[in-house]
Amino acid sequence: MALLEVNNLNTHFFTRGGVVKAVDGISFSIEEGEILGIVGESGAGKSITGFSMLGLIDKPGEIVSGEIIFNGEDLVKKSEEELEKIRGNEIAMIFQDPQTSLNPVINIGDQLMEAVLYHNKKASKKDAYNVSVDILNLVGLPAAEKRMKSYPHQLSGGMKQRVVIAMALLNNPRLLIADEPTTALDVTIQAQILYLMKKLSSDFGSSLILITHDIAVVSQLCDKIAVMYAGRIVEYGKKEDIIFDPKHPYTKGLIACLPKLDDDKERLYQIPGIMPSLLSLPEGCYFKDRCEFADAECDVYPQLQEIDGRRIFCHKVK
Amino acid sequence: MKFKNELLTEYFEDKLAVVGLVVFTILAIFAIAPALFSYQNPYDLTQLYLENSFQAPNANYWLGTDEQGRDIFSAIMYGLRVSLYVGFASTILSVIIGFTLGLISGYYGGWVDTIIMRIADIQLSFPAILIALIIMALWGAGIGKIIIAITIVNWVYYARTARGVVLSEKEKDYAQSAKALGMSNFSIIFKEIMPNTTAPIIVIATVRIAVAIILEATLSFLGLGVPITEPSLGSLIANGYQVLFSGYWWTSVFPGIILMVLIISINLIGDRSRDIMNPRLKR
Amino acid sequence: MSQSEVKLLEVRDVEKIFSVKVGTFEKKDLHALNKVNFDVFKGKTLSLVGESGCGKTTVGKVILGLYQATKGSVLFQGKDIAQLSPVQRGSLQKDVQMIFQDPYSSLNPRKKIKTILEQPLKIHTKMNKKERLETMLSLCDDVGIDHTYLERYPHQFSGGQRQRIAIARAMILKPELILADEPISALDVSIQAQILNLMMDLKEKYKMTMLFITHDISVVKHLSDYVAVMYLGEIVEYASKAELFKSPQHPYTKMLFSTVPDIHTPLMTDSVLKTGEIQSPIDLPVGCFFANRCPYKDEVCEKEHPLLTDLGDNHMARCPKIGQF
Repeated sequence: MALLEVNNLNTHFFTRGGVVKAVDGISFSIEEGEILGIVGESGAGKSITGFSMLGLIDKPGEIVSGEIIFNGEDLVKKSEEELEKIRGNEIAMIFQDPQTSLNPVINIGDQLMEAVLYHNKKASKKDAYNVSVDILNLVGLPAAEKRMKSYPHQLSGGMKQRVVIAMALLNNPRLLIADEPTTALDVTIQAQILYLMKKLSSDFGSSLILITHDIAVVSQLCDKIAVMYAGRIVEYGKKEDIIFDPKHPYTKGLIACLPKLDDDKERLYQIPGIMPSLLSLPEGCYFKDRCEFADAECDVYPQLQEIDGRRIFCHKVK
Repeated sequence: MKFKNELLTEYFEDKLAVVGLVVFTILAIFAIAPALFSYQNPYDLTQLYLENSFQAPNANYWLGTDEQGRDIFSAIMYGLRVSLYVGFASTILSVIIGFTLGLISGYYGGWVDTIIMRIADIQLSFPAILIALIIMALWGAGIGKIIIAITIVNWVYYARTARGVVLSEKEKDYAQSAKALGMSNFSIIFKEIMPNTTAPIIVIATVRIAVAIILEATLSFLGLGVPITEPSLGSLIANGYQVLFSGYWWTSVFPGIILMVLIISINLIGDRSRDIMNPRLKR
Repeated sequence: MSQSEVKLLEVRDVEKIFSVKVGTFEKKDLHALNKVNFDVFKGKTLSLVGESGCGKTTVGKVILGLYQATKGSVLFQGKDIAQLSPVQRGSLQKDVQMIFQDPYSSLNPRKKIKTILEQPLKIHTKMNKKERLETMLSLCDDVGIDHTYLERYPHQFSGGQRQRIAIARAMILKPELILADEPISALDVSIQAQILNLMMDLKEKYKMTMLFITHDISVVKHLSDYVAVMYLGEIVEYASKAELFKSPQHPYTKMLFSTVPDIHTPLMTDSVLKTGEIQSPIDLPVGCFFANRCPYKDEVCEKEHPLLTDLGDNHMARCPKIGQF
């Protein structure tokens, strides 16, 4: 049985301007120890998907329908108290901006220990302290024990993100959700953090959902990839298949516009235009206005096709 | 970031806030043109007849009369005018002074900032009443003096708010970009940064108008405010207070109720304004 | 370098020291720039690459005038502007414009796009209203924004659109030199491609001279003529674009290349974990600044601060051990 199975999830926002279907009927699954990458441009609904897993959707949004089956239980049906026991415990989240993820007025040690003690009422302060120091060492924070007394503003961006990852791993979560964890970091630090996440998820046996707009990042870590566009998944399958043989034009576009170090072409490939606003989606395939292969057939939303274990939504792929 | 139309429609979504706005508008109309609504001008001595004094509320005098035969209902209308005039005038002056000082203080920093903020701190450590009393002891009573006194008490809050906003805005790229274009500091402060400070100032102002009105009422109650010939709500309350326990309750209680209603309506408007101006984060 | 290339900007031995508070009473010197030297040639693009904290943004701000250099000179159009504020530079200032990094704070949220674009014209030119409007409209076409955008406010646009507006603003005075400080770092990768292509087109059309500042070496290939790599306030390698991408010499440059995620190569292993972080520019080391992260360091590296070595063909690197690894 898969660790996490999401079936036809719908998270909608009821705004003044209309209903925004941020997540519009998506399905995916993750096995134990697997890494799934959710990739797409800003506004595609990837972060909302991540937040929906933990029920972190505030008004005017709500999970309208669908199932999130974690460990055999449907998280959508759980109460707030039940979800609180799971958050930071069995499912942990790493947010995008390390500047705002940590409380600026509490030192690192206290924040870590608080996370331990909240979910382990019987643990002693000394135990919590030791566990915290251990995990800081594990995430490669230099001079870990000294850093327990540091405040977030005394650390660099990369170090802060390591602390955030440490906090997420403290209680041995079975699933980690990382929302653009390296977007705010330099490329050199990004490489270290990605490597760290891959190593730790393997060491701890946790599964990982990595949410990002950068398909190159996804290619480094993930076993499976889901490509999202305007609230829906357009391609979903194994990493090797999607990266080396992308079938959906959007996926192809995302890969083609990556700058390549060894390429001699003078211009970068670019996907023309921008993702449509969720309040004014076109009739038919949402990508058709930016797609070089689109024609009249695309005025109807494409049906799901399963090709060699890959799910794809495109008329032009047979 | 929301703009006028959105803000207005949002405001009206809260029923209580709408009630506050309606009540305030009614009171404001009374205050602006009391002659239209009142039975008499209570300050025109030729209209008063002592034989009408201390009448309980009845058909002629809806809220009764005081010891001079003044119709309480009319007196409240005129009193509202003074209260609102003092409240708004002092607030406008405080905003201008405090806002300007705060912008300068925040933008230039250094000793300018230190001096202005230390003056503000010293002033804040004194109770508002005490400062007003000192000023009026030095310069005497009268509506003009009250306005000055309340202005001096209140400018600090606007200064601090403006300063806080400037400190964060001046480091932003759009302000740096203006500086890089060669704009003078003065232009940058008033053309670029100031428009970004108006929202928090409006929010504070709506609350502090109420405070200004209460401060004036308190001073008048203590007998230090407006002269007896131009009573405000505060002095009306004080006036009636002396005879309260003799059984002539209406002379004090009605002005008191109206004052309370005024303050509550202003607070409702202020609360709602604060809520709708708060930038809500969209994920 | 060919003799026909004209130097538009000469940065000579520029130092910038900030005084920062460490602890309650102590103040220390933060050496943001340590004798930076480079030239920008007319009509060419120099990319300045380095991690956050290496001083690349600081040098940009010194050139722009937002900071004044502590020491050294910046020669532009024959004048040394290193110590001059924008107001003091007078009309010279209209020839140096910057595209800022953060599309969300570089446009005044309270102003219409029209007002934002018109402002430089009002300050530095004598155009009348009609001429200003024409200039703005033609620039909108150049950067790919619709004319209707002029009546809107910044918050109504996406990050990519805002950067187009920021580029339009930087170009509207037709400056001699454009500084671009991480102009694409805050954008999605797919939009980065659009903006990079736009900048290349504009460079071609207007023969722009540009200083392009970034932490991501993979994006400089398409835009640059020359590349300089910066570390802790000094240049550690400099070469033409082709030369640097073909054979980077300095260990730091090689590290920058190795950390770029590439879909064809799997994540590096232990060597990635050991790349470490740039240290703080307070209390700089005596020897080579990069020594503590360098896989090839020895005792000499930690004692002597290396000078730039000329490797021929206008390729320079600050490392005594070039060719030995």
